Amino acid sequence: MKAITPSANDVPVVHLRPPRGWFSLNLRDLWQYRELIYFLTWRDLKVRYKQTLLGALWAVLRPFMTMVVFSIFFGELGKVPSENLPYPVFAYTGLLPWELFATALTVASHSLVNNRHMITKIYFPRVILPMASILAGVVDFLIASVVLAGIMLYFGTPLAGPVWPVIFFLLLTLITALGVGLWLAALNVMYRDINYITPFLSQFWLLITPIAYGSSLVPESWRILYALNPMVGVVNGFRWALLGMESGAPGPMMWVSVLVSLLLLVSGLIFFRRMERQFADMV
Amino acid sequence: MSDLAIRVENLGKQYRLGTSGTNYQTLRDALGEMFSGRREPSAESGKKFWALRNVSFEVQQGQVLGVIGRNGAGKSTLLKLLSRVTDPSEGAAEIRGRVGSLLEVGTGFHPELSGRENIFLNGAILGMKRAEIASKFDEIVQFAEVEQFIDTPVKRYSSGMYLRLAFAVAAHLEPEILVVDEVLAVGDAEFQRKCLGKMSDVAQQGRTVLFVSHNMSAVLRLTQETLVIDKGRLVMRAPTTEAVDFYLSQGFSQEGVREWREDEIPASAEPFRPLAVRVCNPAGAIADTVRSREPITLEIAYRLNAPVQGLRVGIYLMSTRGEYILTSFDTDDPEKFERYATRAPGEYVSRCVLPADFLNEGRYVIGVNASSFRVRRYFQDEQALTFNVDAAGAPGTQWPELRLGPVRPRLDWHIKVV
Repeated sequence: MKAITPSANDVPVVHLRPPRGWFSLNLRDLWQYRELIYFLTWRDLKVRYKQTLLGALWAVLRPFMTMVVFSIFFGELGKVPSENLPYPVFAYTGLLPWELFATALTVASHSLVNNRHMITKIYFPRVILPMASILAGVVDFLIASVVLAGIMLYFGTPLAGPVWPVIFFLLLTLITALGVGLWLAALNVMYRDINYITPFLSQFWLLITPIAYGSSLVPESWRILYALNPMVGVVNGFRWALLGMESGAPGPMMWVSVLVSLLLLVSGLIFFRRMERQFADMV
Repeated sequence: MSDLAIRVENLGKQYRLGTSGTNYQTLRDALGEMFSGRREPSAESGKKFWALRNVSFEVQQGQVLGVIGRNGAGKSTLLKLLSRVTDPSEGAAEIRGRVGSLLEVGTGFHPELSGRENIFLNGAILGMKRAEIASKFDEIVQFAEVEQFIDTPVKRYSSGMYLRLAFAVAAHLEPEILVVDEVLAVGDAEFQRKCLGKMSDVAQQGRTVLFVSHNMSAVLRLTQETLVIDKGRLVMRAPTTEAVDFYLSQGFSQEGVREWREDEIPASAEPFRPLAVRVCNPAGAIADTVRSREPITLEIAYRLNAPVQGLRVGIYLMSTRGEYILTSFDTDDPEKFERYATRAPGEYVSRCVLPADFLNEGRYVIGVNASSFRVRRYFQDEQALTFNVDAAGAPGTQWPELRLGPVRPRLDWHIKVV
C-alpha cells in the first residue's frame, strides 16, 4: 500500500476566513495551477477546431477579408497614405495583432460566465479562465502570420525591420488584452450589460487604432494623447519591427502605450482579485 | 493538536437574495445607485439570510464523518466553504491537506472531447498534475469500464458511462480530505456498490472523508459519527446511529407533502377538490424520508362541494421507473363502501397505513385517483408526490448492497440441519 499520509510538513494548510483588505494577488496559487492554464487553452483550441467546418481557416479569413475591404475602400478609393508600403501589406500587418486583441476581448469577457459550472463547484485561481481563453488565440495569430509572409512575398515587400522585437509587441498585445479582459470578465459576472458593450467597444477601438490608416495622419500635438490607446503602440511596433516603418520606431508614443498597457493589467488584476470572491455566489 | 484535518470555528455564510433567482444586476441599477447616492433599502438590506452560521467542529485525520440535513439546511454551503469555492462571511477554518470533492463529478467535462482528453482535462481542473494523471490513467479507465470508448467523444456516451468516467477521475484524485456529496443518488446499483467500495478504501487508507447524503443506510454503513445540520446551524454531533435516529424522527426531511393550487385542478374534477397528499412517519410528522422498518402513513385531504355517490378515493404506489406496486381505495372494504355510499359536502381526510417492513429502500411515487366506479373519474394525478424509503435497520442491511425488488418484508426464516 502506498503511503497516503505524508509527513506533516508537506501537507498544505489552508486557512479560510472572511475576505479582508483590498487584495492579495496570491501568485503562488497561480503557479501551482499552471498546468490548468495549459489544459484549458488546449481545450479551447481543440473544441473550436472540432466544431467548426473551416477550422483554422477562420484564423486567416477574418483578417484577410478585412484587409481586402480596407484595401478597396481606404487604399484604392480613399487614397489613405500607407507610409510608402503596399496598402494591403500595411493594413494586414495592423490587422494581425488587432484580430488577436479583439478576439481576446470577446472570449475573455465571456470566459467566467461560460464556465460558471466550474466556478460554482470547484476552487482554482479564477484568473486562469480569462488567461487560457486569450492564449488560445495565439495559435490563430501564428496561422495568420504565415499568411502575412505570403502577402509580403506577393507584393515583394522585404522584411525591412529588426523582426525580433515582434515577440515583445506580441506580449504587449496579450498584456493589454488580459488587462481589459480581466475588467470585462469580472464586470460581466455582475452586469450582463457587458455582453452588449464588448462588441461596441471593439468596434470603437478599431477606429481609434491606426489600422486602416497610419498614426502619422494624427497631428503631431495630438500623438501622445493618441498613444494612450495601447494598441497604437502595438500596431506601430509591428509595422516597425516587420516592415521597417520608421514612424513606428520606439519613442515617446511607444512608452506611453506600454505604460497604459501595464496600468490596465495591474488595475485589471486588482479589480479581478477583489471581485473574485463573489464570483461563485453571483455568476 | 497536529492530527486535526479540519478545524472550523464559528463559520458563517451570508447570502443576499436575488429577486428572481439571479444575483447579477444590470449596470443601470448600479449607476442609479451611484448617482442617487443611496441604495434601495427594500431590495438590498431586507433580503439577506444566513445559509450557515455559528458552525464549529473538528475532524480528526482519518475520520469518516457523515453530514446530514434536509435540502437547504446548509450542507452544500458548508461543503462549498470547505472546498474554497466561496469565502465565509464570518468565522474561520483551518484545513490540513488537499480537499477533493466528489460534488464536482464531471466538472469541466466537454462533450466534444474524447474520454481520454476529458480525463486529463478534468484531472487538471481537480488539481492533479499531468504526470499524476498519466500514471493513474489505466486505473481510471478500468474503474470506469470505458476501455473501448476511450477515444470517442463523451457526447456519444450513455449517461451511465459518462457518470462512471467522471466519478472514476474524481475517485482517483487521492486528496488528504475527500468530500462526497450525493453521488450515490445516481447510477445503477452495480456502480453504486463500486462507489461505496471505493469510499471505504479511501477511509481505510487513513484519509479523512466528509460524507454528505440523504441515503441514511449508506451513512450508517460508512460513518461512525455524524453532524446534523438544520436551518444553517449545527444541531447535533453524535454517533451515527443516534444522529440518524434523531434526523428521521424529527421529520427533518423536506417536502413529504403535495398541495394542489387552484389552477392545477381541472374544472372537470368538480365537485371533487383535492387539497393535499401527505406522507407521515410514526410520530405523525410529514416526512420525505421514512424508514422501511416503521409503518408509513399516507393521507389524502380533499373537499367535496356537492354530495357524491359511490366515491372512492385512493392511491397508486409506483417505483420511480413507473412500475406499479399497488393500488388501494378508501372504500375497498365493502362495509365502508356501504357506509359512505353517498358522501356529504365538506372536507375529508382519507388515511391509510403501509405496514412496517413492507417497502424496500428507494424512491417511490404516489398517484391519486378519485372516481365513482363505471360512472365518472373525478380526478387523477399519477405523480402527485415522491418520497424516500430508508432501509436503516431493515432486514439484511448488515450487507452493504442494494436489494432487488420493491418490497422488503421481514420474513420468518428457519434454518434446520437435515
